[in-house]
Amino acid sequence: MGATPEQIRVLRLAKRHWLGLSGAVVLLAIVAAALLAPELAPYDPNDQLADGISADGSPLPPSHEHLLGTDLLGRDLLSRLLFGARTSLVIGMVANGISITIGTLLGLVAGYVRGTLGGAIMRFTDLMMAFPALLLAIALSAIFQPSLWIVAMVIAMVNWVHIARVIYTETIALAERDFIVATRALGARPVHVLLHHVLPHLLPTILVWSTLGIASTVLLEATLSYLGIGVRPPTPSWGNIIFENQTYFRSAPWLVFFPGVAIALLAFSCNLFGDALRDILDPHEIGRVR
Amino acid sequence: MFRYVLSRIGQSAAILFGVAMMTFALLYVVPADPAAQVAGRSATHEQIESVRHEMGLDRPLPVQFGLYLVHLAQGDLGRSYVQRSPVSSLLMARLPATLLLLSAAILAELAIGMTAGIIAAVDRGKMADRLIMLLAFVGVSTPRFVMGILLLYLFSVELGWFPIGGYGTASHLVLPALTIGVLGGGWYSRMMRSSMVEVLNQDYIRTARAKGAGEGRVVLVHGLRNAFLPILAMIGIDMGQFMSGTVVVESVYGWPGVGQLMWESIQEIDIPVIMAITLVAAVAIVVSNLLVDLIAPLIDPRIKMD
Repeated sequence: MGATPEQIRVLRLAKRHWLGLSGAVVLLAIVAAALLAPELAPYDPNDQLADGISADGSPLPPSHEHLLGTDLLGRDLLSRLLFGARTSLVIGMVANGISITIGTLLGLVAGYVRGTLGGAIMRFTDLMMAFPALLLAIALSAIFQPSLWIVAMVIAMVNWVHIARVIYTETIALAERDFIVATRALGARPVHVLLHHVLPHLLPTILVWSTLGIASTVLLEATLSYLGIGVRPPTPSWGNIIFENQTYFRSAPWLVFFPGVAIALLAFSCNLFGDALRDILDPHEIGRVR
Repeated sequence: MFRYVLSRIGQSAAILFGVAMMTFALLYVVPADPAAQVAGRSATHEQIESVRHEMGLDRPLPVQFGLYLVHLAQGDLGRSYVQRSPVSSLLMARLPATLLLLSAAILAELAIGMTAGIIAAVDRGKMADRLIMLLAFVGVSTPRFVMGILLLYLFSVELGWFPIGGYGTASHLVLPALTIGVLGGGWYSRMMRSSMVEVLNQDYIRTARAKGAGEGRVVLVHGLRNAFLPILAMIGIDMGQFMSGTVVVESVYGWPGVGQLMWESIQEIDIPVIMAITLVAAVAIVVSNLLVDLIAPLIDPRIKMD
């Protein structure tokens, strides 16, 4: 039985990018676990189980009843991690979606219109680059008293800058290409040119940055929650599970280890997948050394 | 030359002005009523009004902003809502510890990243190269607080090699600096690798080899000298990453620096202190980028100043 050329091409791609592929698989598994959390979780994530805590009041280590142990209030850690995946992914997608939208819009306009408006937008991105993202996010969260959605907004507010700069550079290069110049010469309106002729060429870049952006968003959310100004308990998030339990890390290291690994695994799989996508979609990336 | 220096300084000054405008807005314009926060929860309406007048919050915004700039120029960063003392003195008391940690972390990151990057570049395509590049990805994907707590558990609690947090001796410094260095080093190893690979393909490297220079000398003397510049520029750009790193790592290890002050201020929602730290960090980033741009042409004459 012979494989078609198309199948061979896909197989080759998969072989060369097996790391990216495994990243995608892990990512899908985490999404599935988050979606199925109510089915998979052995306990209610907020239930403070009477037998979830030892006689002297400390958390229980991993066992048959509690695969990943229990936390300081006697709640099942596996159940909290499964529901926490929902928090991390929702914030990851919402925050990332907003920042990609803002960044793409501003980058497009700045790169296509140039002039005073474009200059003003790019000077504003320069200004944003001067602030460390984490510190600015901390300042914004402190002012706005975070809820789940505020946290997502804050992360979007500090994360749009990089994508805006990337889109800006690419738009400038595209705007000078013949097919764009020709479309404009035919009298197409700027909005039409941007949406129908420029944007489609930017989709690969946007796709790559969306994937990589999930990693940085998830890390930022975890760090904010760890510092106590991200998602508020009792809503479980991987960062605030560590925040709540960190005083116990000497006697109950699993309470830091498991959520920590979960955060790193999610970010790692997004990074691997995003990097492979970049490789596949943009083989001519400038400055890339093989 | 003169014009280049002048225009770079001008650009930096403009960004600094913008930075001040933004922190001003976040301090006095965005929050609901700063005067009420300063006066405290039990304050009467009259007390709040008198605080408002004292702080100048009843004046037009441009006047307020002008006063804010004058105060900044005098080194006055406002007063803490909680401790009532000037923010600048709170900051100055914590600055030495943070500068120590920051320098140790940058050194650790450079040492780890450059060593790994050079090995990867020399062994390009082989096992060591692939392993290092994979570890670099693990590094950028692991949150610093997780790495910090895990290193603390392993080396202090289990093995007892280092003290469990605190400040004072060189052994207190090892784990916090390593936490930042190990994770960030991955990123630098990628930079170092690609920079070194590019340099090793240059004609002058072939010439050096043809003249009989040993491989070690070629890589470490001829190669490193030329491959280092992108790394230097990266340190300037990464200043924000380093500062974010110290905030997190200081709160994990109880390192009594600016980061821990930030953590305390977060718990008490002491906005003037949080904004002051953010402002100082932004100023440090702008200045370090300016310095890198001014130093780079001195190190590498091929960089044009325009």
